[in-house]
Amino acid sequence: MSDAGQADAIVSIDHVSKRFGPVIAVDDVSFEIRRNEFFALLGPSGCGKTTILRMIAGLEVPSAGTICVDGRDMSTIPANRRPINMVFQSYAVFPHMNVYDNVAYGLRVDGTPRAEIGPRVVEAIDTVQMAEFAARRPDQLSGGQRQRVALARALVKRPKVLLLDEPLSALDAKLREAMRLELAQLQRKVGITFIIVTHDQDEALSMADRIAVMDAGRVRQIATPGALYERPASRFVADFIGKVNLLDGKVAGRADGAVRLDIKGLGKIAIPCEGPVPKTVTVALRPEKIAVSKRPPRARTRVVTRGRIFEWAYYGDMSYMYVDTEGGLRLAVNIQNAARTTVDEIDIGDEVWLSFAPADAIVVTE
Amino acid sequence: MATAPAKTRRERPGPLDYTRKLWLRAIVLVTFALLYAPIIGLVAFSFNDSRRNIVWRGFTLDYYVSAWNNDSLIEAFANSLTIAIIATGVSTVLGAFVALTLWRFRFPGKAAYEGAMALPIVVPEICMGVAMLVFFARIGWPSGGPWPLNLSAITIAHISFCFPFVAVVVRARMAGFNRELEEASHDLGAGEWQTFRHVILPFMRPGLIAGALLAFTLSLDDFVITFFTSGPDTVTFPVKVYSMVRFSVTPEVNAASTILIVITIVATVLAMRFHNPARRREAAS
Repeated sequence: MSDAGQADAIVSIDHVSKRFGPVIAVDDVSFEIRRNEFFALLGPSGCGKTTILRMIAGLEVPSAGTICVDGRDMSTIPANRRPINMVFQSYAVFPHMNVYDNVAYGLRVDGTPRAEIGPRVVEAIDTVQMAEFAARRPDQLSGGQRQRVALARALVKRPKVLLLDEPLSALDAKLREAMRLELAQLQRKVGITFIIVTHDQDEALSMADRIAVMDAGRVRQIATPGALYERPASRFVADFIGKVNLLDGKVAGRADGAVRLDIKGLGKIAIPCEGPVPKTVTVALRPEKIAVSKRPPRARTRVVTRGRIFEWAYYGDMSYMYVDTEGGLRLAVNIQNAARTTVDEIDIGDEVWLSFAPADAIVVTE
Repeated sequence: MATAPAKTRRERPGPLDYTRKLWLRAIVLVTFALLYAPIIGLVAFSFNDSRRNIVWRGFTLDYYVSAWNNDSLIEAFANSLTIAIIATGVSTVLGAFVALTLWRFRFPGKAAYEGAMALPIVVPEICMGVAMLVFFARIGWPSGGPWPLNLSAITIAHISFCFPFVAVVVRARMAGFNRELEEASHDLGAGEWQTFRHVILPFMRPGLIAGALLAFTLSLDDFVITFFTSGPDTVTFPVKVYSMVRFSVTPEVNAASTILIVITIVATVLAMRFHNPARRREAAS
């Protein structure tokens, strides 16, 4: 895939920057989005992700750099002539038109032949399962239904790329969950490249094929959800995606395919790691990679430490424990409440043993 | 709980709880009566079969007939309607432009312009009237000419105090406009004009109708400014009624006023029906 990158790219962003007065919203960003990919731009608010989306749509003009869509430079092409459509955060469904007219709008202003408009609109409304609401006005629809209208209105134009700006943020938790699945299925069904902007990592991880993590106008890492979670390239990404324990380690030496680290509070540990490392590194340890037991674990290959439970957060399906270790660390540990009695067995103040496999710790050099 | 005071204090009613009090209802009733009794009286006495407007002498439509046959009254009425229609049309367009400019653009002196634009709303009418009189006299604006050119001075004066009302109403409406609607329209392939026609204008419409209605009624019944800008040949309805009243309040005046009230109410009802096409469509189905 990587060697065919150029041909595969539907959107290529080349050294793009955007300044709003003294503020640099997007700072020299370059990456490519592949055809038929579900791509997510993920980052904290104000990181520039929405600005990138709006530049792709043509609603903002880059201060520098070029954006190509399907091989064509978009610099001189206004928003209304781009093969791109967008689902806005507020959905922006036209309040004075019913569902049918909203969906037909994009075709009518294009001068599509009348005979063609009807069937295409009906098809798009069917795709988002809004057939029975076609005659309704937006003020008679729920938030989720309005979003479907916004989706149909964009899809009916058969864009090469569909942009979604925080599409689920206005929905309640249950509906958001359902829409996540639905959006992922829809993307596979229509076979259009989706680019979604979100600040919600669960959203990005569960839907996207690839995710670009952004911070302060820059792209920090682009990877598949799995790679992003298990192999974060920087402390920022490790911290932003999921829960993590960040430990400071001094490099004591190298063994084949691993570094020997002196980790404050844990001692000397060899952790698998390729490539060069600086003198001090960050070790990222995910809470679910740590095992908890009331007796000392047997396994010789694991890193073992003792501690006392300081705090306990119960989520139903699982719990987070915060353990103060004998080495003076406070580690977050995740346990599945696999048995109904799990919750009763361990309590705040209990002494527990923690252990993890060295291979489950991540050496982060940045 | 044990420390709770033995005497429970009576809750003071909230501001909206007072609507349950009998005395407040009585006051509301009296207020309404005082507000509307004169108007009802005016309408009722337009049917009074008496030259003097004091005692009820029986029902008649004679004064409507005589008002209809009073050529100068009809002429004044036609003048008023003409002025109102032209002033409404022009000030609606002008006010909409002003509102759009203030809504959309930033320019040096915007705040100052916004304040100055609204001046005709706050400046006392009598001052506006005098200012207009002096202005038209000074530049030598032709006061004569064939109808409806002879109404031009009054019409211009009316436009100048009507359009700020339209601008203010439309501007308030546009403040609630979601810019993403406009962006969505562009995104879906519409150009600037298509977006204006299909997205922005429909959103403005209730504001335009409300503003136009306001302008129409303001223009139709304006007395002070009109009085200063009208000549002997260009008498409007309110000015004519005033001159008739100086002789005596005849049922003829009542009849003419009643017709004015009816026209205003009909215009309001029409505007409200325009305002809400959704409800009308639902009612039809």
